[in-house]
Amino acid sequence: MADQSELAIQATGVSKKFRSARSATSLKERLLGRAAGSAEDFWALRDVNVEIPRGGTIGLIGANGSGKSTLLKVLAGILLPTSGEVAVHGRISSLLELGAGFNGELSGRDNVFLNASLLGLSRKQTEALYPAILEFSELENFIEDPVKHYSSGMYVRLGFAVAVHVDPDILLVDEVLAVGDEAFARKCLDKIDEFQREGRTILFVSHALDLVERICDRAIVLHHGEVVYDGDPEWATGTLRGLLGVDSPRGGEVSGPGLAFAEVRYSSEPGGPARDVYAGGEPLTMRIALTVDADSAAKAGVLTVVVMGAGGVPIWVMTATPETGLPAGPGQWEIDFELPELPPLLGRFVVAASLAEADGGAVIAAHTFGDGFNVKGGGQETGLLRVPYRVGPSAAAK
Amino acid sequence: MASLTAAERARAQSRVRWELLVGLVRKDLKVKYQGSALGFLWSLANPLLLLAVYSFVFQVVFKSGVPDFGIYLMSGLLIWNAFSGSLAAAAGSVVGNAGLVKKVRFPLSVLPLSAVGFAAVHFVLQLGVLVVVMVVTTYSFVSPALLLVVPALAVATLFTIALSFIVAALNVRYRDTQHFVEILLVAWFWVNPIVYPVAQVHGPLAKHGWAWEAYFLNPMAGVITTMQRAIYNQPYYTPVKGGPEQLLLADPGYTFYLEQLAIGAVISGLLLLLGRWLYRRLQGDFAEEL
Repeated sequence: MADQSELAIQATGVSKKFRSARSATSLKERLLGRAAGSAEDFWALRDVNVEIPRGGTIGLIGANGSGKSTLLKVLAGILLPTSGEVAVHGRISSLLELGAGFNGELSGRDNVFLNASLLGLSRKQTEALYPAILEFSELENFIEDPVKHYSSGMYVRLGFAVAVHVDPDILLVDEVLAVGDEAFARKCLDKIDEFQREGRTILFVSHALDLVERICDRAIVLHHGEVVYDGDPEWATGTLRGLLGVDSPRGGEVSGPGLAFAEVRYSSEPGGPARDVYAGGEPLTMRIALTVDADSAAKAGVLTVVVMGAGGVPIWVMTATPETGLPAGPGQWEIDFELPELPPLLGRFVVAASLAEADGGAVIAAHTFGDGFNVKGGGQETGLLRVPYRVGPSAAAK
Repeated sequence: MASLTAAERARAQSRVRWELLVGLVRKDLKVKYQGSALGFLWSLANPLLLLAVYSFVFQVVFKSGVPDFGIYLMSGLLIWNAFSGSLAAAAGSVVGNAGLVKKVRFPLSVLPLSAVGFAAVHFVLQLGVLVVVMVVTTYSFVSPALLLVVPALAVATLFTIALSFIVAALNVRYRDTQHFVEILLVAWFWVNPIVYPVAQVHGPLAKHGWAWEAYFLNPMAGVITTMQRAIYNQPYYTPVKGGPEQLLLADPGYTFYLEQLAIGAVISGLLLLLGRWLYRRLQGDFAEEL
């Protein structure tokens, strides 16, 4: 356990039960509807232990209904856990589910002051921050209008502007970057980047897995209210993709007894530092690591690696046999596939590996790795292929 | 701002601060009077209407003979209106701010307090109008008795806050609370000597030893009679022309009122403990139940 002072949030054994019977809120329903009882109890979170270090950027991912929004609310102190404890160190500013709790009748300006006051700021402090909030929200012409006349985009802009300017120690954001136009999304990302540099803690829920991979230094995967993975964002998104059944190789996952695929590692040269972004034409080494027991090692005949592009379409296949470098004995195997140059095909690629018995025999185990690599086009943003070409005025024009 | 530590910022977010309370009251005032030309003047409509109706009923129809009936009525009615207004608003304070409760982490205790603050603002303004009227009509209200206003308002505040916490918390889970409170306040109004002189109930009640004391177990009865003693300040009147002088207020002295206020303070204090406990216990579920 880390030192208390280095933690922004510590949740210990947090569980949250929702009672559907709670919808009975009038006294009569309560007295008469008691019989409906606990059959509808629903555990949104089960024994969740999370430590958020100060200055970390943590992604919270999971399928719909996995409990991530509930966890965010519990950590924000808006919902009380049924059991377990949450300790928070510092000011929390949250932007949950597209709302900042604005009052529609009040002007944008009044809402800014009220919201800041709720979050613990004095009027003087808010007055000092107000110009920055106004500028960020780009609502100069509408700030005196009642918020009820705002569009959803304007509403979110103002909400985000307040949330990031109230000097929070911890920023909690729920899927907010999905709304608003691209320019504003970029602005928000710039602000998040600034927060990271200032050492503030950011916790955000998102379905945009590539965003999580890009900006988080850690990610937590929730599944049916339980933490199933907590660590490296790429592994986390891979875990989630596995849970969602996305990107699974044809034939799906096959788990073999005594055989486990550990990881795939991408680098420019064998044994070099891990990287995940390459340019077409660059060399790439894929190292597949797996643990094999004696039984599986004896049966192993061929390791097949399928590189898949967008939508799980297989692009190319590589194999290794005992003749071309597949180890013989049991233990930790590491096999390098070296590509002298990557094809000029752009996009994100993931790798599925399977180990089968020799001579087209049965598959012992198959696995799709969550970690992928990206091939960028050196300035070319769209299209699949990077194609060499020459350009110039036509001969007729000369 | 950089001088604040994370712990200080966290504390500012979890404690009720005066500035936050003022901000919420200001919000409610703005929302209520936005777009209305007369604004706050509307809050005078209710006491003025009651003044007209009760003056007619008690002076003209029943000929109660209370001198300066308007001043008598207002000295008790204004604090009652503040109390009942607080309670009615407090009952809906958490439910009415569902948007905030579900989205923002802030000290939830401020919600019922802001309902009380909202009513207090109106009370002060209405009291100001009453003072102006008394000055203009040269009603002599300045006397040592006026000091009784201070303990009376203190007890009224304590009692109002205590009940506000209770009804605000209960109403989140049992929405019937709000309706129950509305009905209760209508009945409760008549248990207080606001439109009738308290001396009129003294006789019948005093026949059963405990009934007179029980009447004052309602802290508002103590507060209202004290306010009448302090502002109206005419302990005696002659109900029948040329007849004998009779007691109009509860007591001609001061100590009676201080005793009633002391009892009211104890009851309010206990209710405040209960209210705080109940509110804290239930507030964790607010976001869920809304």
